[in-house]
Amino acid sequence: MPNNLPLNKKKDISIVLCGQAGQGVQSVEFLLTRIFKLADFNIFATKEYMSRIRGGMNSTEIRISSSPVNAFVKRIDILIALNKGALQHLKDRISPQTIILAEQEIVGDEFDRTKCNYIDVPFTKIAAEIGNKIYSNVVAVGTITGLFRIDLTTVSRFVKQFFSAKSEDIVKNNLAAVKAGYELAGSLQNSSKIELNIDKSVGLEQQILLNGAEAVSIGAIAGGCDFISAYPMSPSTGVLAFLAKNAKELGIIAEQAEDEIAAINMAIGAWYAGARAMVTTSGGGFALMTEGLSLAAMLESPIVIHLAQRPGPATGLPTRTEQADLELALYAGHGEFPRIIFAPGTLEDAFSLTQKAFDLADKYQVPVFILTDQYLIDSYYNSAPFEISGIKVEKHIVKTSKDYERYELTENGISPRGIPGFGKGLVAVDSDEHDRAGHITEDLDLRTMMVDKRLRKFELLYSETIPPELTGQEKYKNLVLCWGSTYNAAVEAVKNLDRDDLALLYFKQVYPLHKTTEDYLRKAENTIIIENNATSQFGKLIKLNTGIDIKNKILKYNGLSFYVEELTKKLKNLLN
Amino acid sequence: MKGENFDIGNIDIAWCPGCGNFPILKILKQTLTELEIDPINLVLVSGIGQAAKIPHYFRTNVFNGLHGRALPPATAIKAANPALTVIAESGDGDMYGEGGNHFLHTIRRNPDITNIVHNNMVYGLTKGQASPTSQRGFKTPVQVNGVFLEPFNPLAVALALDASFVARAFSGHAEQTKEILKKAIAHKGYALVDILQPCASFNKLNTYQWFNENTYYLQGHDVYDRSLAFNKALENEKLGLGIFYMNPKKTTFEQNIGIYEQDQRPLYERRTSFEKLSELIDKFKVAG
Repeated sequence: MPNNLPLNKKKDISIVLCGQAGQGVQSVEFLLTRIFKLADFNIFATKEYMSRIRGGMNSTEIRISSSPVNAFVKRIDILIALNKGALQHLKDRISPQTIILAEQEIVGDEFDRTKCNYIDVPFTKIAAEIGNKIYSNVVAVGTITGLFRIDLTTVSRFVKQFFSAKSEDIVKNNLAAVKAGYELAGSLQNSSKIELNIDKSVGLEQQILLNGAEAVSIGAIAGGCDFISAYPMSPSTGVLAFLAKNAKELGIIAEQAEDEIAAINMAIGAWYAGARAMVTTSGGGFALMTEGLSLAAMLESPIVIHLAQRPGPATGLPTRTEQADLELALYAGHGEFPRIIFAPGTLEDAFSLTQKAFDLADKYQVPVFILTDQYLIDSYYNSAPFEISGIKVEKHIVKTSKDYERYELTENGISPRGIPGFGKGLVAVDSDEHDRAGHITEDLDLRTMMVDKRLRKFELLYSETIPPELTGQEKYKNLVLCWGSTYNAAVEAVKNLDRDDLALLYFKQVYPLHKTTEDYLRKAENTIIIENNATSQFGKLIKLNTGIDIKNKILKYNGLSFYVEELTKKLKNLLN
Repeated sequence: MKGENFDIGNIDIAWCPGCGNFPILKILKQTLTELEIDPINLVLVSGIGQAAKIPHYFRTNVFNGLHGRALPPATAIKAANPALTVIAESGDGDMYGEGGNHFLHTIRRNPDITNIVHNNMVYGLTKGQASPTSQRGFKTPVQVNGVFLEPFNPLAVALALDASFVARAFSGHAEQTKEILKKAIAHKGYALVDILQPCASFNKLNTYQWFNENTYYLQGHDVYDRSLAFNKALENEKLGLGIFYMNPKKTTFEQNIGIYEQDQRPLYERRTSFEKLSELIDKFKVAG
């Protein structure tokens, strides 16, 4: 992406806010993303943060654009440094073109003014004059919105709404802070220090602005989820919190379990009694759930598992991102049993695949994973509203008759699922190998029949697999493969390369693999796989399924997702 | 008697001759019959172990889950359909050892379920190792010099967490145990019934005779006095039997989750409100 244009010619601006935890960077992100959306700008926002409550260095990137944007970029057009240490923290991303807004009293001589575009802005001085230094982040909100010439009444109205639960004085001071910051932007423009001319978009008022956690949650509700049990763990907790917030209104039971073991066993119990349950967790938490996963398989209980990945092993980097738990999801649980793994790369897919997960889990009585990661979960952008008009929640349960047997041997492997108290029959399920009625058995012929019955469902799952999506040139020589959250950055990188022999193949279902995978690969002269892990786990899975070894790999595992520029450059070097 | 018969017919029972599980099976069947509970509306939830096989010998709904994990699904089953009677039943190793964390937190959660623990103070199915409730000095193939860990006191732990019903029974006393179980099942909220039982194969210390000689029934005991109950639970010279404590004032988990206040239907009868979902999605449009 060309990046040497002056700001006033750019259609896509990247603003980065950098400060300590507890300094209100999150509030600024919340306010700015909503205000820009209200003012008809396309926005994307993502954050990287440390695993602590106060201090450290955290940053949020907000891209503001005249056309839709949904991926992380490396370049910083405007940096708001709210604390000392921003230069060190972001040194790889600050260029001579970056405009740095900071305050001498705070950052001191951190930035060499002879080498960078430094503008001194007295955020805290203004805040202190209003009454307290804590308003400095809201002064920054005023300055940024002012630079984009967003109507001040819109900004003030939203800020007032945001602080409406606070005292009258606090609301008044925040409004004063916004206004002061806004006026400051005016003086910067008048002195021609910064000039911005981003076109507004039309129709954005119908779009929705949300993050991955919210998209998964909305998908769960659309899938009929009425029970969630989980143990808090970054970055998966947002789903539990969202459902808990809306639980009473929507008739959902949202329970914080004592541990992940309890969480998954509760969810399986809930399905047994007729609920549609899910768990949400991350690597270490999921590791504790693996015996429960195996239980679901043996009971032939549906279960939906949202596994939001973060870097491991063990505690790893708790607040950062990685795609390294594919093999964990794929092979977790003792014994042999079918499963489905979805890996959404967009908010729309996070919604629709989570909804679909509940239906497939219920229909086939199998575990279904939604494999996301911190990057997708914590990133926001504006998207078309999710389509819910065609969705039906079909509960695949039967009213039992007096002679009902839970594990009736059927041709396709699916035994009609009854629940206790619905019908005249009894429902017995057992983690031991069991007979047709669900009671413990050591009849070894029956054992073989039960294994075969459970494994027959593999065929049905293959028939429901979502094909990978091809974007770019139909007649490609170079084929780029990606899965899950790397998708949006990959799309933008491929677009930047603007080649007539290049296509991108996006897998939103990573297991089972769709049968067309091999055909797509065989058509290419050159294949490149993009993964946010160190060992190309998806590449290995493709090789296992197709025999094709993808030699070109773009891998990243430092805890951050791919920058668009980085992908563009690396792809360029690998194209035939 | 007009109650249902819970017998399942001609089955192979996996317990040893003389096992304390047999009388518990018989007592519980009689209890449920006398309470006129319909097998269709009862769920027996268990973990793993010899005691945990008990649901398979009942004609009712069965959830035989993982070792130590009976209480979480039992809680969820009751929450998803409060019309069901839910009993979580397993042995001392399962409930107090492997499932110890769930034992603590299920008491705090207070679902309206009955928790029956077959307490024979030994691991039977794995052939005689110490259980959390084994007494000091008890020698086993693993605890070769005798148990030196402090025995787990389930009643005292439950009382410390203000469990809403706490009782101890002895499998050798059918009538008294039946009366305790009846009250436990009728109780609204979490009810612990720790049932002392001999293990004929692996516990040569805590035998029928030992239990007869080392237990007594609480007399003139105020079941609403938690401190008194706690004192009684700490006694280890002789073990008290009967209901130690009841707290009828606690609200249940099903009441506290709030979704049954306006609508009594179990979850399986409900459908997602797409109207409300649509309103929820609209909130993301950001109104200024």
